[in-house]
Amino acid sequence: MPDFILDVQGLETTFRTPDGVVHAVNGVSFGLLEGETLGVVGESGCGKSVTMLSVLGLIPSPPGKVEAGKAIFSGQDLLKMSKEDIRHVRGAQIGMVFQDPMTSLNPVLTIGRQLEEPLMLHIGMTKNQARERAAELLSMVGIPNAKDRLNDYPHQYSGGMRQRVMIAMALSCSPQILIADEPTTALDVTIQAQIMDLVKRLRDELGMAIIWITHDLGVVAGLAQRVLVMYGGFIIEEAPVQELYSNPEHPYTIGLLGSLPRVDEKERTKLFSIEGQPPVLYQKPDACPFAPRCKWAMEHCWQENPPLLVVGPEHRAACWVDTRTGRHR
Amino acid sequence: MVTKEMNNDTLLHVDDLKMHFPIHRGVFQRQVGAVRAVDGVSFDVKRGETLGLVGESGCGKSTTGRTILQLYKPTGGSVTFEGTDLVNLKGEQMRQMRRKMQMIFQDPYASLNPRMTVAQLVGEPLMVHNAATGAEINERVAHLLELVNLNPAFATRYPHEFSGGQRQRIGVARALALQPSFIICDEPISALDVSIQAQVVNLLEELQEQFNLTYLFIAHDLSMVRHISDRVAVMYLGVIVELATRDELYAKPLHPYTQALLSAVPIPDPVADAKRKRTILQGDVPSPANPPSGCRFRTRCPIAEAVCAESRPEFREIRPGHFVACFFAERFL
Repeated sequence: MPDFILDVQGLETTFRTPDGVVHAVNGVSFGLLEGETLGVVGESGCGKSVTMLSVLGLIPSPPGKVEAGKAIFSGQDLLKMSKEDIRHVRGAQIGMVFQDPMTSLNPVLTIGRQLEEPLMLHIGMTKNQARERAAELLSMVGIPNAKDRLNDYPHQYSGGMRQRVMIAMALSCSPQILIADEPTTALDVTIQAQIMDLVKRLRDELGMAIIWITHDLGVVAGLAQRVLVMYGGFIIEEAPVQELYSNPEHPYTIGLLGSLPRVDEKERTKLFSIEGQPPVLYQKPDACPFAPRCKWAMEHCWQENPPLLVVGPEHRAACWVDTRTGRHR
Repeated sequence: MVTKEMNNDTLLHVDDLKMHFPIHRGVFQRQVGAVRAVDGVSFDVKRGETLGLVGESGCGKSTTGRTILQLYKPTGGSVTFEGTDLVNLKGEQMRQMRRKMQMIFQDPYASLNPRMTVAQLVGEPLMVHNAATGAEINERVAHLLELVNLNPAFATRYPHEFSGGQRQRIGVARALALQPSFIICDEPISALDVSIQAQVVNLLEELQEQFNLTYLFIAHDLSMVRHISDRVAVMYLGVIVELATRDELYAKPLHPYTQALLSAVPIPDPVADAKRKRTILQGDVPSPANPPSGCRFRTRCPIAEAVCAESRPEFREIRPGHFVACFFAERFL
């Protein structure tokens, strides 16, 4: 058993909606190693964001509810912590960056004020210390004239700069883990490249572990060491990054990689398309959630939802079928 | 400048198109400036081809599309479609031309009226243009839905009953209703999930083959543009900086902006991604209300020199069919 700094076991989260109870996360287990970058990939509604929000105690309840599971972080179960206790973990030991830098910042407070708040709250710095540290943080994320720009309001920053501020804020208390939920999705590619470059540099300097949630398989390829692929609230494949891209085992991962055009594409081929659409699960499925869209589906797939099976060194996939032979594993 | 003469191959000819949006201030709403969203854009679209138009948000690519269709009245320049100048067309004449040029919009959630059924949505263009009446409309609608792989039995349903990908198919069926020869696809897939994007792109390609359609495909996703386009134009801050065949543009980009843009696109392959040379641009795109003098890109350009601030580089044909607006493009030949 490797030494995980975050160890999530059997996490289940549901949401009550007018149409019924939606099973958003259905027994997700994964570990995060110290200093590791873990990519979590999936399409909208696959449960990737809800998984992380559950771990951080940020699921609005009601309608959401964490039904089962454990999330062990430095010997404590985050899911059992009181609101007050987990508030000290969030921001201090686990930093977070969300997708939309326009809405994550408070528009009526200066950037400086928002950067100082966690420093005073979590580390107990004085106003002056926090001010100085805030300026350091801003220049660390590559914002010129950091001292002057502390007095600016969020609307005076561009989208890319706001996301830099969010990263500075998330890293302000030197967390062990940074959870980034689609942090570059709202940005243009050239700005995305700037942000990814920044994150890689900070990772090397500060050595924190990163969980990077995204729908973009391209972004993960250049950043993560290990990747989880999610579908219908399950982890359906887990592998080191090179292994996943060169030997994808789950039909969904294969389909997803095949449906991507590449900027270094050699010749024009028809894109592989996965017919149908992702499920909304009103009950915990008995069958494989991907079976209705899967061209390899066999009888067993409709009878029993496959668990993660070992398919190679450090490589697990939740599929009954060996796609190379088309036969049952 | 792009060739002036029109030949039979050319479906659309855009010459020095400008679209400036006025900025009004103060009690009397005096005009104090203008957002130069499109500032002198010239290109041709050949019959049956797909021209990709790429650029980052705010570069003017969508405004270019809308101005071509005369949804905005251009500030300057001309748009010639099948030999007819659209800018000076009025009323009924323009309405007749619109049958031949349609648009597919980005957001399938916002572009369909939630109170109309699919039959009404797809049948509306037919009624507006008196292209069909009575039972014929229903027949045509059913046929159109089949074309986009939707079950004609769904015709009585409302948009909220469909997923994003299906809604975009409804948008495609609506655009096809009047049998246009030219369709502007304005980011038709960027609101869709990855596995659904491929479905819609494959559909667009099939329809193009079947009906000999011409597309102007506007997108920010360079990988998808590479996949679908025959030629690609790159926009930056209201101007086209480079235009070439897709293979040439992606293999040998000559404008520093195109080079940086291409190197910023993540490749879904860790091995290939690690091997690439990255050009990371500094700073952000300047405001189109106050663009830099001379070359628009000079403030972020890694090779800019004094001359770039003084005069605007001409959009010139550096190789047959390869246009670029940079003083130093020869360096990369």
